[in-house]
Amino acid sequence: MTPLAVSIAGAIASFTLVLVVLELIRSHRLRERYALLWLATGLTLTALSAWRNGLNTLARWVGVRSYPPAVLFAVGILFILAVLLHYSTVISRLSDQNVLLAQRLALLEEQVADEPISER
Amino acid sequence: MSDMTIAPARAEALPGLGELRRVAIVPALNEERALPAVIDELRAFDPGLDIVVVDDGSTDGTAAAATAKSVRVLRLPFNLGIGGAVQTGFRFAFENGYDLAVRVDGDGQHDPSQLGRLIAPVLAGEADIAVGSRFAMDAAGYRSSRTRRIGIRLLAAVVSRIVGQRVTDTTSGFQALNRLGIALFARDYPHDYPEVEATVMVFRHRLRLLEVPVTMRERGGGASSITTLRSIYYMIKVLLAIFVGLFRRNVVPQEDAS
Repeated sequence: MTPLAVSIAGAIASFTLVLVVLELIRSHRLRERYALLWLATGLTLTALSAWRNGLNTLARWVGVRSYPPAVLFAVGILFILAVLLHYSTVISRLSDQNVLLAQRLALLEEQVADEPISER
Repeated sequence: MSDMTIAPARAEALPGLGELRRVAIVPALNEERALPAVIDELRAFDPGLDIVVVDDGSTDGTAAAATAKSVRVLRLPFNLGIGGAVQTGFRFAFENGYDLAVRVDGDGQHDPSQLGRLIAPVLAGEADIAVGSRFAMDAAGYRSSRTRRIGIRLLAAVVSRIVGQRVTDTTSGFQALNRLGIALFARDYPHDYPEVEATVMVFRHRLRLLEVPVTMRERGGGASSITTLRSIYYMIKVLLAIFVGLFRRNVVPQEDAS
């Protein structure tokens, strides 16, 4: 069985994550688009921590007999992997766009430098 | 609400419009087929209307089609999504000192001959932003997938509650704005699927929004950017944005974009 203290600590920690994410959105420091995965992480972990029977059942399903909270770690790590993978795709897109922007800027600068002042 | 029967189909019937600097913002993504007709119709409605097409990273001949019609074209180097594209247009309008802007989508679903209905209340000072609604009366002619219609209704109900005014069509991009509206949207405009959040933003900034019944047409070409799965994703995202937005004291970030 899951120790009560683990459930309480887990629930508090994961719910804090949810609140922090919401505050980051509110203060315009995190876009909704990038917050959704974090919110899903926080809410799932909160639910699994608070709903002790659910955690025990899930642990039995996946063959964890001795220590059900291990499932919390597993789920948490899975979500973190998902977030990281998502960010990798975001970074890839950003770096592609960055290249394009730099190229366009160089072309534009060349055009502007060529034009005599009077024609501008 | 302005009456459909007296809405002029041509701009010369709108008193005072001629003195205003006015621009049509036309966001377009891969609309080379529909776009020329939209531009022609805009000119037929009001020859004095400047037209700026925002090409949101199209991979077809959208920019060329626009250039061939000798309108201003803002070519985004890559796809920004509708919110970013439209805001580019608002920035253009703001920085070039336009008094009045209309937004007409490049896919042909917005009928420029109905622009008079949108412009009239803005011109009369009754509204800062007039939005063409498909549902304000039993506006006919609009067909859409079931999920999308349900989504539109649900969002309308949520938004109406929040802003305390009945809003029937929060996803309509068929709009006319005065200088105040242009300035607000130039400074801050939501990203993908932006109209819902923008509606709430307008009210929180105490601008006056008025819905005007319009009919919308079938898309003239291209493909809708919104599939069923995406609608659900956007729905969650938009609802999240709205609810978090309620706890903001300043809806708009303080640094100024001008």
